Amino acid sequence: MLNYDYIKPESIKDVFSLLKEYGAEATLIAGGTDVMVNIRNRKLSPGVLISLRGLMDLQYINKNKGYHIGGMTTHRMLEQSELVKNELSALHDGASRVGSVQIRNVATIGGNICNAAPSADTAGPLLVLDAVVVLEGPEGKRKIPVAEFFTGPSTTVRREDEVLVEFDIPEDNSRYGSAYWKHSRRKAMDLPILGVAVALNLAEDRTIVDARIGLSVVAPTPIRALRAEEYLKGKSFREDVLLEAGRIASSEASPRDSIRGKAWYRGDMIKVFVPRMAKLAAERRGVI
Amino acid sequence: MKKVSVSFTLNGDPVTAEVPAAWTLLRTLRENFEFTGAKEGCGVGECGACTVIVDGDAVNSCIFPIPEIEGKSVVTIEGIADKDGNLHPLQKAFLDNNGVQCGFCTSGMIMSAKALLDKNHNPTEDEIRTSIAGNLCRCTGYVQIVEAIGMAAKK
Ligand SMILES: Cc1cc2nc3c(=O)[nH]c(=O)nc-3n(C[C@H](O)[C@H](O)[C@H](O)COP(=O)(O)OP(=O)(O)OC[C@H]3O[C@@H](n4cnc5c(N)ncnc54)[C@H](O)[C@@H]3O)c2cc1C
Ligand code: FES
Ligand code: FES
Repeated sequence: MLNYDYIKPESIKDVFSLLKEYGAEATLIAGGTDVMVNIRNRKLSPGVLISLRGLMDLQYINKNKGYHIGGMTTHRMLEQSELVKNELSALHDGASRVGSVQIRNVATIGGNICNAAPSADTAGPLLVLDAVVVLEGPEGKRKIPVAEFFTGPSTTVRREDEVLVEFDIPEDNSRYGSAYWKHSRRKAMDLPILGVAVALNLAEDRTIVDARIGLSVVAPTPIRALRAEEYLKGKSFREDVLLEAGRIASSEASPRDSIRGKAWYRGDMIKVFVPRMAKLAAERRGVI
Repeated sequence: MKKVSVSFTLNGDPVTAEVPAAWTLLRTLRENFEFTGAKEGCGVGECGACTVIVDGDAVNSCIFPIPEIEGKSVVTIEGIADKDGNLHPLQKAFLDNNGVQCGFCTSGMIMSAKALLDKNHNPTEDEIRTSIAGNLCRCTGYVQIVEAIGMAAKK
């Protein structure tokens, strides 16, 4: 029989004191789309759920010396934001492909990243947007690049007394075009076989000024394909260059066989989707 | 058993429920209020049979913690016909266009579609399909359902 307490504090200070009071008994819950399912599947049996849904001031998307997204922002808000769609396009692609409308109405971006599934659909986009995670604990705030946030499947550098309060995305993303491809069997209600995100800064003469590539489901954590990125810098935006970047990115991944797809297939699909997402990113940037 | 008392609006009426804190909105609707229109298919957010509308948005009531309903407004399939018992245009369209076979998915389908039509009176077929992407139907197939929602939108 499920039996837990449910507390919904109104301020982050109260969250910290409750976490201190209940210690290991306590689990934070945001939209609950991972937590409630884990409880139901008996993977989690908390003594008390501490809800973050009283912290409505953590729901926002704004641009002010860079982009700021509150930890409690829902995927639906990201999907419906013109700012995200036009200037952080890869994140729009990722958020609007999470689950279903019903899931996106409650599930949050903070929950997606703290849950740290290798398949999290906002991870690749946040990686290529060079996002920084802002954690707040009783002693104050600290900032960690998303690229250093994940430590393994379902594990992160977040301490148990910290709340993810914000994502900071650098202002220079306004010079990049970006795109994310969730490769899955069905269009909805499916986890990705792999995810490929690309952000590109292209000069008018089609020289690649900078490139960032994010891959998910092909390693224990979502990763940046740094060697492929390095290869692209300074090159001309051409088909053969993009194909080579895809091959390098594929060699940086360590995919495994799973029910959703074989390792060799995942590796080959990276070679296909890195060039494709680079083209879409360039198109959105208005250069090609 | 750790209990909570929650007050909210259910199909327009103010209600209060005292139930275990670990219950979901779905369980409270079905077992406390005996509103059995919302169904439990999967219980984990995958099938949409439990869909209800909370403050204007479609949600899966099977993974909605009951304490979060405090102060909110819930609309279920039981609350969409008018006071004289005339069916909602979506209900009529599902009947007229054979959008129902066993009916298990129907209340969830209709609530997802209602959440869409309340905000968008003239949806494209794509928007209709997206709105019910989280609702699985194992018998009718989706064509009649999508058509029925399109017919209701025109009314
Ligand atoms: C049917 C279904 C389909 C899904 N489809 C997808 C999909 O397509 N793609 C995808 O990526 N995911 C999918 N998910 C997983 C899930 O919806 C996402 O990971 C979602 O973003 C989680 O957010 P939440 O707010 O619901 O998190 P919760 O379940 O509330 O929390 C998740 C974890 O993060 C912690 N946490 C949450 N917020 C914070 C915070 N601000 N600070 C610190 N810790 C926090 C919680 O303690 C918990 O450990 C799906 C889930 C379901 C049930
Ligand atoms: S019973 Fe809620 S989604 Fe299946
Ligand atoms: S009518 Fe039977 S599941 Fe849809």
